[in-house]
Amino acid sequence: MYIDDQLRERAKKAIEKKGAIGPDVNLHEFDDAPVSHPYMADEDLCAMPGEEQKQLIMAGLDVTKKERGGTYFQKDTEVIHCHSQQDGIEVIPIRKALEHHDWIRDYYWKLAAVDADKYTAAAELGLHDGYVIRSLPGSKSIYPIQACLYLDKDGIQQNVHNIIIAEEDSELHIITGCATSPHLKRGVHVGISEFYVKKNAKLTFTMIHNWAEDMMVRPRSVAQVEEGGLFLNNYICMKPVRSLQMYPTTHLIGKDAVARFYSIIVGSPGSEYDVGGRIFLKHPGNRAEIVSRVISNGGNIIARGHLIGEVPDIKAHLECRGLLLNGGFIHAIPELEAHVDGVEMSHEAAVGKIAPEEIAYLMSRGLTEDEATSTIVRGFLNVDIPGLPPQLKAEIDRVIEESDKDVM
Amino acid sequence: MLQIEDLQVKIGDKEILKHIDLEIHPGETHILFGPNGSGKTSLLMTIMGYPQYKITAGKIIFKGEDITDLPIDERAQLGIGMSFQRPPTINGLKTRQMVQLCAKDEVDEETLAKKVNFEGFLDRDVNAGFSGGEIKRSELLQLLAQNPDLMLFDEPESGVDMENISLVGKTIASLLQKGFLDAETKPKIQTKRDRTKMGLIITHTGFILDYVAADKGQVLYDGMLSCVSNPHEILNCVGESGYEECVRCISTIN
Repeated sequence: MYIDDQLRERAKKAIEKKGAIGPDVNLHEFDDAPVSHPYMADEDLCAMPGEEQKQLIMAGLDVTKKERGGTYFQKDTEVIHCHSQQDGIEVIPIRKALEHHDWIRDYYWKLAAVDADKYTAAAELGLHDGYVIRSLPGSKSIYPIQACLYLDKDGIQQNVHNIIIAEEDSELHIITGCATSPHLKRGVHVGISEFYVKKNAKLTFTMIHNWAEDMMVRPRSVAQVEEGGLFLNNYICMKPVRSLQMYPTTHLIGKDAVARFYSIIVGSPGSEYDVGGRIFLKHPGNRAEIVSRVISNGGNIIARGHLIGEVPDIKAHLECRGLLLNGGFIHAIPELEAHVDGVEMSHEAAVGKIAPEEIAYLMSRGLTEDEATSTIVRGFLNVDIPGLPPQLKAEIDRVIEESDKDVM
Repeated sequence: MLQIEDLQVKIGDKEILKHIDLEIHPGETHILFGPNGSGKTSLLMTIMGYPQYKITAGKIIFKGEDITDLPIDERAQLGIGMSFQRPPTINGLKTRQMVQLCAKDEVDEETLAKKVNFEGFLDRDVNAGFSGGEIKRSELLQLLAQNPDLMLFDEPESGVDMENISLVGKTIASLLQKGFLDAETKPKIQTKRDRTKMGLIITHTGFILDYVAADKGQVLYDGMLSCVSNPHEILNCVGESGYEECVRCISTIN
């Protein structure tokens, strides 16, 4: 308990500490009191109202659990479903893990700092729950594990802490979504995630956000990848949100470790996004890539990327493309840091409107101007993600397809 | 039929096409010659409907309809298609998808791609990193799917390697129903009657004449169509004495 006390002490000191970047959220305006919801069996999940199911589907959660290896479903502050269908893959609510498993202490707050800002502090002091997903050594996930953090109660503050561990030589695929119920207008989501990709393990983590117009979102994520490991992190957000700020960081701590970040963001009017990724390359043979595609329909988007090469024989690339469709604002901030000779680091950033010659070209093949525009936008959002299982690729394509009408 | 009457075109303030008159009848293919900067590409782009080419006078009539003010897509719908010299890259759009977009009905893109030796490129983004010759084959593939009635080719041979050049030539000929081989299999008169496609081809080398039975050659010089003649004759004349001399000579005769 000494460790817990220490964490709490540090958290208390940071409770009013503003985030390093991004607009400040006054957490006092939100209610973080527990909201109880009954646990749902499989048949209850399937009996949810169609409209809610649709919201969930848009965040990657399929209540039928078809082609899913396991499910974690949290509504407001309560875990309402948690189950693994696959041997070698554990899905446990984090509070339960903290109560029953000592090993979780080796991971809890070991990458993210509890006193980083008021959001990390809130997640410690007012932890609701969160998931621990672990693939045991050598196990391979056949179907992805799905995790959903759902907000139902208007005005709520949801504090979540997730820990994802891919043990040595294992392969783990996770699709995780955040969604809000159709009647929720306002809320704040605080989500801490710590990722451990061990020796020669492969972790793909695909996060789909499906927020409401007045949501404030403050994820705080840190990952570490050991020798020969691969961390593939995809992020998709195509729905409005009041303010979203995150800057997930990854440390490559063994040779030949690889991290790739792909993000697709569509910013609607009234929405503010400050999203980036930071990867430290600390060992020879490390590879890192940050690719983002952002579209502003009138929203404000800051797209950051920061690659830090600390040793020779590393390779890193940053690519940020932005498209302004209906005004709005895009600020691309790509940063490269080379600390020694012998690093290979590059970036390309391009922000602008759709090139008229591309539209004209498609029109010359018989497409109307609108069809041409939407074809180009869809192509723009169609990022090739090497190493992503086809099923998850299909999931991403579906989300993009569904949101296409909103984009136009 | 394509009819161009006294067409004058500007880009910005610069007059680039002057008093162009041109008729292409169904079944006819014309070759467009002219030195660099004479306005050849501008003429094709104007027919296709690119808005930066401002028509200040004259008309373009296609299939009896005045298309002078029609946008690009409506011209394409009416049956005009173009093979571009330097088309833009469309990121994220696969060549395979592009072929389907070009076709009004479902087509088998693999079969079409085989015709221009392009199967290996179907899953690449349209024009992304394509070499000059690959672009030409990609353009041909799209035209095969689109199957327009009037086809405008902007230097379809430039950059195409030796291995593919005859493939490109033959494909253009078959698109335009102008192959020498077709002519042999059916009675000549029948073949002629069956031809409905129209073509306008820009070429510098004349290579296309080895494959396409072109009807007329046109020389565009300084924004004006300065001579109409047998395409082989024009090619020879230009080759021997250059455009300036060639245009002067023919104008004198006329």
